[in-house]
Amino acid sequence: MTTGGIGESPLRPDGGLKVRGQYAYSSDLWLENMLWGATLRSPHPSARILSVDTSAALAMPGVHTVLTYKDVPGENVYGLKLQDTPVLAEEVVRYQGEPVALVAAEHPETARRAVKAIKVEYEVFEPVLDPELVAHSPDAPQVHPGGNLVRHQRILKGDPDATADVVVSGVYEIGMQDQAFLGPESGLAVPDGDGGGVHLYLATQWLHVDQRQTAKALGLPVEKVKLTMSGVGGAFGGREDLSIQVHACMLALRTGRPVKMSYNRQESFFGHVHRHPAKMYYEHGATAEGDLVYVRARLYFDGGAYASKTPVVVGNGTTLGVGPYNVPNARIEAWGVYTNNPPCGAMRGLGAVQPTYAYESQMDKLAAALGMDPADLRIRNAMSEGSTTVTGQVVDFPAPVAELIQRVKDMPLPEPSGSDILQLPGGAANTTHGEGVVRGVGYGVTIKNISYAEGLDDYSTARVRLEVVDGEPVATVHTAAAEVGQGLITVQQQIARTELGVQQVVLHPCDTDIGDAGSSSASRQTYITGGAVRNACRAVRAKLQELAGSEDVPDIAAVLGDEVIEETREYHHRKTYPLDPETGQGNAHVQYGFSAHRAVVDVDTELGLVKVVQLDCAQDVGKAINPDAVVGQIHGGSAQGLGLAVMEEIQVAEGRIRNPSFTDYLIPTILDMPPMTVDVVERPDPHAPYGVRGVGEPPTISATPAIANAIRAATGLELPRVPIRPEYIIDLTDGGS
Amino acid sequence: MRVNVTVNGVERQADDVWPGESLLYVLRERLGLPGAKNACEQGECGSCTVYLDDVPVCSCLVAAGQAEGREVRTVEGLADGEQLHPVQQAFVDRGAVQCGFCTPGLIVAAHDLIERTAEPTDAEIREALAGNLCRCTGYEKILDAVRQAAAKKAGVA
Ligand code: FES
Ligand code: FES
Repeated sequence: MTTGGIGESPLRPDGGLKVRGQYAYSSDLWLENMLWGATLRSPHPSARILSVDTSAALAMPGVHTVLTYKDVPGENVYGLKLQDTPVLAEEVVRYQGEPVALVAAEHPETARRAVKAIKVEYEVFEPVLDPELVAHSPDAPQVHPGGNLVRHQRILKGDPDATADVVVSGVYEIGMQDQAFLGPESGLAVPDGDGGGVHLYLATQWLHVDQRQTAKALGLPVEKVKLTMSGVGGAFGGREDLSIQVHACMLALRTGRPVKMSYNRQESFFGHVHRHPAKMYYEHGATAEGDLVYVRARLYFDGGAYASKTPVVVGNGTTLGVGPYNVPNARIEAWGVYTNNPPCGAMRGLGAVQPTYAYESQMDKLAAALGMDPADLRIRNAMSEGSTTVTGQVVDFPAPVAELIQRVKDMPLPEPSGSDILQLPGGAANTTHGEGVVRGVGYGVTIKNISYAEGLDDYSTARVRLEVVDGEPVATVHTAAAEVGQGLITVQQQIARTELGVQQVVLHPCDTDIGDAGSSSASRQTYITGGAVRNACRAVRAKLQELAGSEDVPDIAAVLGDEVIEETREYHHRKTYPLDPETGQGNAHVQYGFSAHRAVVDVDTELGLVKVVQLDCAQDVGKAINPDAVVGQIHGGSAQGLGLAVMEEIQVAEGRIRNPSFTDYLIPTILDMPPMTVDVVERPDPHAPYGVRGVGEPPTISATPAIANAIRAATGLELPRVPIRPEYIIDLTDGGS
Repeated sequence: MRVNVTVNGVERQADDVWPGESLLYVLRERLGLPGAKNACEQGECGSCTVYLDDVPVCSCLVAAGQAEGREVRTVEGLADGEQLHPVQQAFVDRGAVQCGFCTPGLIVAAHDLIERTAEPTDAEIREALAGNLCRCTGYEKILDAVRQAAAKKAGVA
């Protein structure tokens, strides 16, 4: 009998190494003769490069090479969706922090000084900054040739101009959030000597897309560029775009030496994309009884200087733009545009975080206008299995939205705040003993698509090998799927144990010697790579049964003897389709995840300080492969949602980041996080392997509006912008409206 | 310059150290001990926490020269051979580790807490770990782990 299979919570196989400090993250890699790479970045959001003089840098002792765009061996352009991003800037720079030149030197400090010694002359331009203006001004200065519109999408359902008894509207804004993973962008590129190729050890979310893009930029066939995963210190979308990949390889190939690059925290803020800030206009109409009649919305997403995932943000933002509710009539329209602001792309909850914040704010406003309980209004309008979304897609799997809301509503509420200052807003800063403190309760509910959408076939590949080692059957699982902290390696072991009935499951290092696994994003890996591991295991199992001549194989080792069975299989999710460009209709999504939060807050109305007292969540996960890891995802996701609600924002002024450090970009600490009750609901999806439903993203999304709604309930303020700053609450600015 | 420092009970020597190098840099890049992590270099995240003469410090803020002749204990020096320290075991058992980048710093901070405080309250645990950022876990399971380790030390579990 095997233990540690599906539905149990075996411990992580990498836990021991991690607690000993012996797990090798990409920033820990080291080779005797390695050099250190560093990047010169543009100080301007928009400028023309007039000249670059590298001579002083090259002359410094310990400097081995200095490279510019002229040294890019292949194509100097890449991108996840659109090919618009240079490896190194050529004639112009489009954002503050854009890479311009590279250095390799003996010591990281030498490399940093050499970067400072490179002289670049710029002709500085007025940056393009306002996404809403840009969307409607075809004559605005062009960030890229061809215009500033990355994607516009409209969704029309029923009668888009329908009218209703009760109407509420609002304009909502969301600031720029950062993934703020703790492990900085880093990697080690090792030239393979005579072969002219390179081996890159790195932390990424998707090995194969990095490999393809890197090979193209290096002018090498993909087989000459091997990638191996090192330890990944968190990701959350921030490792989908390239950072050090091409740069480190260019330096290694030029110098013939291994080259390590590792960003510091400040550079990390410039070295990866952020969550799209958005401005959203919403109008909801309902009957006097509280049934939604229509939703009309316009959403503006600031994509910054390069497209990255902006097209997907527009797709998700519109298709998910009315939330998990039945809405008979709708007109939802979104624009994703280029500006000279920092580039924005993937972050946990991609394209759903922004509209969820807006429509959940609207649901509370509507409840107030109707004189209804906010949770009851949501339950009344909740979608369910058989509902039709705004794109005309029929939900043909469980969608227990009403149940999730009811479950958080029924959880016990915390005691009223006492006089313990540690439990009050401001905490140990001793800013109040309870005077001026008011309590509020708020709800947030979300729908998030799982896996890639709109016709993409983001499959995964797994190879499973079964053999006898020291008399025991051992399975080895090989995939290219990125373990970024979420626990995918544990899940792969569990699936193999259950499918094969083998206790010992070894994970092969994750690299590009196996087929594509797709990205560790869109909450998709347990579903898609889980499906590939299942398929490969079942193929191995069939071979084993053949060998045994029976269905039942009680003694695997005896049947196997010296034989080795190895099978490689893929898993492809069911087909999806592009949206109609005019009406936005189409079966765009594979699956949806749902979660509901209830937040309880105390607000010091004199100082504007917020203490989240309790944050409870109910989420449908289809089938929990590893229940403890599922709860861990919900905790962590909720923390990031709390951060967005009350503290996290990259502050951008005139295209420049003003707070690129952990001193000024705040993420929740253990003092900020309240106790959480998590209710994991399992309503299997018949289309998914084992009935699983993606887990990682929904809790990040629904936490933010729950907290914002609780603060509104406590204060009576409109608070149309997150993160909610103290000055909005004490009404020094119009953020409180 | 040359820096002499005792690390995890072993006398070590680092040569050619630049005056600007931190203790964290010397541990990671010159002494082959990458357990302490660099996530900010500004004293904000706690990932680089090590003991310096029995006091937990952010090693990114300590100049390498300041460690001359002193004793450093890193996360690599907490286990007893194969046997994890109870704090380490609790982090594994309670699922307090996801990506694990914050873990070495948190382990040292939690180790210090339970050495100083028998059966800490939740408020004391939160206060002690307030300088350690974790982006993955939301801290709930970290609290569980510290409670477990403290209970084990007090002999009640
Ligand atoms: S690296 Fe030292 S506190 Fe962050
Ligand atoms: S486990 Fe990833 S930062 Fe804490």
